Amino acid sequence: MKGRGQVAVLEVRGLARRFGATQALDGVDLAIAPGEVVALMGANGAGKSTLVKIICGAVQPDRGHILVGGQERRIAGPAAARTLGIVAVHQATDAANVGTLSVAENLVLDAICGGRLPRFLSRRRIRREAARVAGALDLTLPLDAPLSSLSLADRQLVAIARALAGEARLLILDEPTASLSEAEAGHLFGIVRRRLSARGVATLLVSHRTADLQRAADRAVVLRDGRVAACFARPIDFPAALAAMVGTLPASSRRDSTRQGMLFAADRLQLRAGGPGLDFALHANEIAVLFGALGTGKSRLLATLFGACRPVGGAMMLQGRSWRPRHPADAIAGGVFLAAEDRWRTSFSAPGTLGADIAGTIGLPHLPRWAGRLGLLPARRQSESALHAIRRLGIVCTGPGDRIERLSGGNQQKVVVARWTAEQARLLLLDEPFAGVDVRARHDIVASLRALGDATAVLLATSDAEEALEAADRILVIRHDGVHAIARSEIADGAALLSLADPAQDRAA
Amino acid sequence: MIATASGAALQRRFRERCGQAWGEAAIFIVLAGLVVLFSLLQPAFLHVANLFQILQSVTVTALLALGITVSLAVGGFDLSVGSTAALALMVASYAQVVWGWGAPATVLLVLATGAVVGGFNAVLTIVCRIPDLLATLGTLFLVGGLQLIPSAGRSIAPGMSFDDGSVAQGFFSRSFLELGRGRLWHVVPMPVVILLVIAPSLWVLLELTRWGRVVYAVGGNERAAHLAGAATRRTRALAYVLSGVLASLGGILLAARVGRGDITSGGSLLQDGFAAALIGYAVFNLRRPNVLGTLVGAVLVGVLLNGLTMLNAPYYAQDFIKGAVLVGALALTYRIGRDATS
Repeated sequence: MKGRGQVAVLEVRGLARRFGATQALDGVDLAIAPGEVVALMGANGAGKSTLVKIICGAVQPDRGHILVGGQERRIAGPAAARTLGIVAVHQATDAANVGTLSVAENLVLDAICGGRLPRFLSRRRIRREAARVAGALDLTLPLDAPLSSLSLADRQLVAIARALAGEARLLILDEPTASLSEAEAGHLFGIVRRRLSARGVATLLVSHRTADLQRAADRAVVLRDGRVAACFARPIDFPAALAAMVGTLPASSRRDSTRQGMLFAADRLQLRAGGPGLDFALHANEIAVLFGALGTGKSRLLATLFGACRPVGGAMMLQGRSWRPRHPADAIAGGVFLAAEDRWRTSFSAPGTLGADIAGTIGLPHLPRWAGRLGLLPARRQSESALHAIRRLGIVCTGPGDRIERLSGGNQQKVVVARWTAEQARLLLLDEPFAGVDVRARHDIVASLRALGDATAVLLATSDAEEALEAADRILVIRHDGVHAIARSEIADGAALLSLADPAQDRAA
Repeated sequence: MIATASGAALQRRFRERCGQAWGEAAIFIVLAGLVVLFSLLQPAFLHVANLFQILQSVTVTALLALGITVSLAVGGFDLSVGSTAALALMVASYAQVVWGWGAPATVLLVLATGAVVGGFNAVLTIVCRIPDLLATLGTLFLVGGLQLIPSAGRSIAPGMSFDDGSVAQGFFSRSFLELGRGRLWHVVPMPVVILLVIAPSLWVLLELTRWGRVVYAVGGNERAAHLAGAATRRTRALAYVLSGVLASLGGILLAARVGRGDITSGGSLLQDGFAAALIGYAVFNLRRPNVLGTLVGAVLVGVLLNGLTMLNAPYYAQDFIKGAVLVGALALTYRIGRDATS
């Protein structure tokens, strides 16, 4: 029995914190025992990030107590948290790693900067230390390659290995699998359970993916409106936990899309030299989900439809006409919109710059259509559109002029969806739109997509089976041998869908 | 317990509000402080004539700073504006003094020269993909050197003689010199009038039009702007061309004021221009390149130099004092501003 009778690694009592008009935390109690994996669940705005920030020392509570190893402490800043053995790995790993340095140098960066290594360092010494850090997590990485050459998933693993290189007692994983494939996520949680729990390192896991929580958590703590709404011990009753998180959600109805006319067709569309020719069709008034493992070319396919990439061969037809966009501007003018993956890199402007508020973000791609003849900004049109979107999607904010970086992840994603639904699309493409988005926001977004009307086809790419099954009217499985269309009703559950997308199927098909 | 908690929250909010207000007003407080200080020490400082003198002295700096602002807004960095202005000065002098051109043709030629330099910067950064800072540093040297070649490194003035013994026949036309020395209604200097036309237009262009929004979008996140359908390469190229044209306009006003092609007049234009544009970040705590802030920054620099001159401060100390005020103003704004937002 883990955790019984031991002093908690971390205990918080009555934590509260207010931001402006919102009471983000309102008296939270939580204790984590050595070796325990606690899942922290909650909808956007329930207080998860605030709690994590307080534990990491990034935010100070208005009141409440923090006990580390049984002693009351004040965690003044991230450095103080690290001294106490509290390390965190956040979703945005690119903020933590240095892309221009080698993998090895990144792995030992804390030791180098913290002065725990000698002043004169040989390349060999760095490599040896790095191999030790990576080895502790069974990672095999190209140590001499620049970090920027690694995949997003490997960069994530580097960040985790780095965090655990010191004397960690509590590891906080904030959306660790947002960019990982199923296999990589499995590997990560295998490490968490085998390596960390055995060493007595406790883990606080924040994730929106139920699959993650099912795999790893000993206990789930559900936050709602800044309070602990419920606790669940293993075996965790996930339906009950989800209900505690968001209350009950109305079921959204699926549509039979085959009755509608064909809107888009790809004919032996070849994305890269040597790749397979892709054949598929999209119908008006349907949500087709493009499902496949990482690296199957989902993003590239969407970018090709949007004119951001050129196909190598094959043809595309949009409403019976040849579709050959040469630039995203062509695609937008033709009614083909793409909400690209990784919203901070592909959708939002730098915080604080002109037009980085909600209204400006939504309006930017539509300015050619909205602006008057003199090119003056359609300020009223933009803010009306934003107000409409705020109501329609339930974006929690102070108004059209609110700054994007102040919104929670789910609400940021809703702004991206609002941008591309502000005008009537013929074909709306969404690339991993649910990364870091909770069930409630996901539900809102899917509902808004279903309400788009008869003239629009939606193609949504994801590598998460649960997301795919929730959103899809029809599923297009993409593998290295091509695209295979499957009706939603033919797929029983996530496991069935995953086996369809398994690369091993390539030869069988 | 609860009372102290809400007390702490209230206190924090109060501090945030105050910090915000401070951040927005900091530059204006510095400016007002300087004006009060100078007028107490030297009452003539506040005379209308002197105030226009200040504005006139900053027009060239302000035009260059506006060009810098445009290039910064699009995410670029234009180090070549000082050299471009110097080149414009020499081209204006050469065209009139050596070729005997009239004012309209000269002005058009010089503006075209600025556009070509901007286009060259665009080719370097967009086609050759050289980082902006390095590319425009290269242009700084190229253009700075180019302006010396036609006159063999000498200043250009009417009646100058060449190596082959011939003497320049041309002269600066009256209407050209009016651009630098004339006054509207005998009060407002022409350069100030020109600045008062250019700056508001540029403000409207950047803040209120679609193109301006695309400029800031490209500067804020080029990839996102591209995926939102913006013609990012064309926007960046146009921003550099605009910067070059504004710099060459600065050069024209300089030539019209001094009335000769002085090879040393480009001196501190680049530094002053960047100082104005960077102080501009701090105005209203916007923390982005912006036209209004740049103007305020240019005026701040002008007030400082004028005041110091009136007080007979030694010329060799002026750069140091300018630097101190710049650093102080920036530190004040960014420090306070950060407290307010974190």
